[in-house]
Amino acid sequence: MNKDRAVLRGRNLTRRWGGVVAIDDVSIDLVQGEIHALIGTNGAGKSTLVNVLSGEVPASSGTVELEGQDVTRWPQPRRARAGLGRSYQRTTIFAPFSVLENCRLAAQARFQHPWRWMSPASACGESGDAARSAASRAGLGHVLDREAGRLSHGEKRQLEIAMCLATDPGVLLLDEPLAGMGAEETARMLELLASLAEGHAILLVEHDMDAVFRIAGRITVLADGVAIASGAPADVRDNPAVQTAYLGGAR
Amino acid sequence: MRARTAGIAAALLVLAAVPLAGGPFAVDFVTKTMLYAILALSLELLVGQVGLVCFGQAAFFGVAAYAAVLLTPASGPAPLWWLLPACLAATGLFAAVVGALSIRTRGVYFIMVTLAFSQMAYYVAHDTPLGGGTDGIYLPAVPSVAIAGFRLVDLGRAVPFYYVTLAFLGAAFAFLGVLLRSRFGRALAGIRVNEQRMRAAGFSTYPYKLAAFVLSALVAGLAGFLFAVKDGVVNPELLGWHVSGTVLMMVILGGIGHLHGAVVGAFAFALLQEFFMSEAIFGSFAKHWHLGVGLSIILCVALMPRGLVGGLRRSAADEQG
Repeated sequence: MNKDRAVLRGRNLTRRWGGVVAIDDVSIDLVQGEIHALIGTNGAGKSTLVNVLSGEVPASSGTVELEGQDVTRWPQPRRARAGLGRSYQRTTIFAPFSVLENCRLAAQARFQHPWRWMSPASACGESGDAARSAASRAGLGHVLDREAGRLSHGEKRQLEIAMCLATDPGVLLLDEPLAGMGAEETARMLELLASLAEGHAILLVEHDMDAVFRIAGRITVLADGVAIASGAPADVRDNPAVQTAYLGGAR
Repeated sequence: MRARTAGIAAALLVLAAVPLAGGPFAVDFVTKTMLYAILALSLELLVGQVGLVCFGQAAFFGVAAYAAVLLTPASGPAPLWWLLPACLAATGLFAAVVGALSIRTRGVYFIMVTLAFSQMAYYVAHDTPLGGGTDGIYLPAVPSVAIAGFRLVDLGRAVPFYYVTLAFLGAAFAFLGVLLRSRFGRALAGIRVNEQRMRAAGFSTYPYKLAAFVLSALVAGLAGFLFAVKDGVVNPELLGWHVSGTVLMMVILGGIGHLHGAVVGAFAFALLQEFFMSEAIFGSFAKHWHLGVGLSIILCVALMPRGLVGGLRRSAADEQG
């Protein structure tokens, strides 16, 4: 695949909530093999952009293209089956189920076969294998049988990623995977994200500036729903508009 | 797992022995309770497994019962082989329409919409010539169960009908048990716990919920069909919200989230009702049995919030719910 071809492409995306414009004419490209970080203050529209890209919230205007295909009108589950995975800012796991079952259920989305009602889900080899490999990739191979609700906070965040991976996506939209993590957990997660960049196009929404500048290949800055800068980390850091709007004030 | 199998086997044995040990009253009482248990199982699929609190389950029960009466020709018995599938088909069609519309709503709105549909069905039975009004209509003849002219079982007699009902209860329980282990069943569980995540993973949840809704209605319809055959008469009360409420109470009393909870709940409720209705114990107060049943249920739910089967288990697996 051409390394520069965008796997996911948002074009002129706008989302209005009544009179409030959450994101305004934002365009963003995600490229295979690169972590594209999305930063901005609270309420800048980062989560809205993720929701619009993943199909959870329809765009008021603009288009979303996945692998060159216009998916703007596709509902979220269809986009997900086409390879668009996402994680949530607030941990969104199946707390009463085991770690393995969390991943297996996510993987099952690719092998749904609901009409095979006689055969137990646990006998579905494809989803079981995908679940095990996703869990161990995310560093949860040793707690497969633990109830997800009893994991530590950091492990729950890892499980979020594992469930994403279990669906075998080409694109990962990760909404603040480092939120609330300790230093050691953060380091482990960054290592995981860096290793995932190879096979995926990743959008990383993050508050932790150190982490972002260390890991991202490209950064887009949102302020009040508008993309005020986009480019290589060094360029973004030196951009005067960014410094006034965000970096200078906050840091 | 082994304890569960042993429990089910013991329950089947006890139920199978009832006609041998008990008189006509016991047979009638347990038959009726088993029909309610099938209905409670159907609701457990929605409430306990998918997390859809349906307050209109009586509609499917009643539609199948009315279908059994209306589809039986006045000239004589209809064979069970086509009457039962025909009644279930009618119920399934009705449920598909009701489900397609009501599943678009959530939470308390879903409760109200399903209640509204079941009340509509109630008034159709109550106020149109089709339903025969308040008094209801009689079943012209009990369906025949025969192969090549040889009669297998007489559904008009209490004891054979008892065993047929027991067999259907066992079949419904086994069917749902297998279904819930399957990928379809696990997907329903996922939708109950976190629908947003299921959609993000790639499940279109609406068809899953609709399929569960129709399956639930078919099981409820089975109970309704058998009810019509047992009593030989149907009336609008079968479709009323009292029945929907009673079944919901059975499921809650037994323990939401467990198939056997629905069956235990149905029997516990029936026994409570029988106890408080007994004039030998309560004298003239027996006519206020609703009060006694209501208070006991409030007490049970307060002391055992996870139901009779939940209360008996160790809390470890249940805490997170």
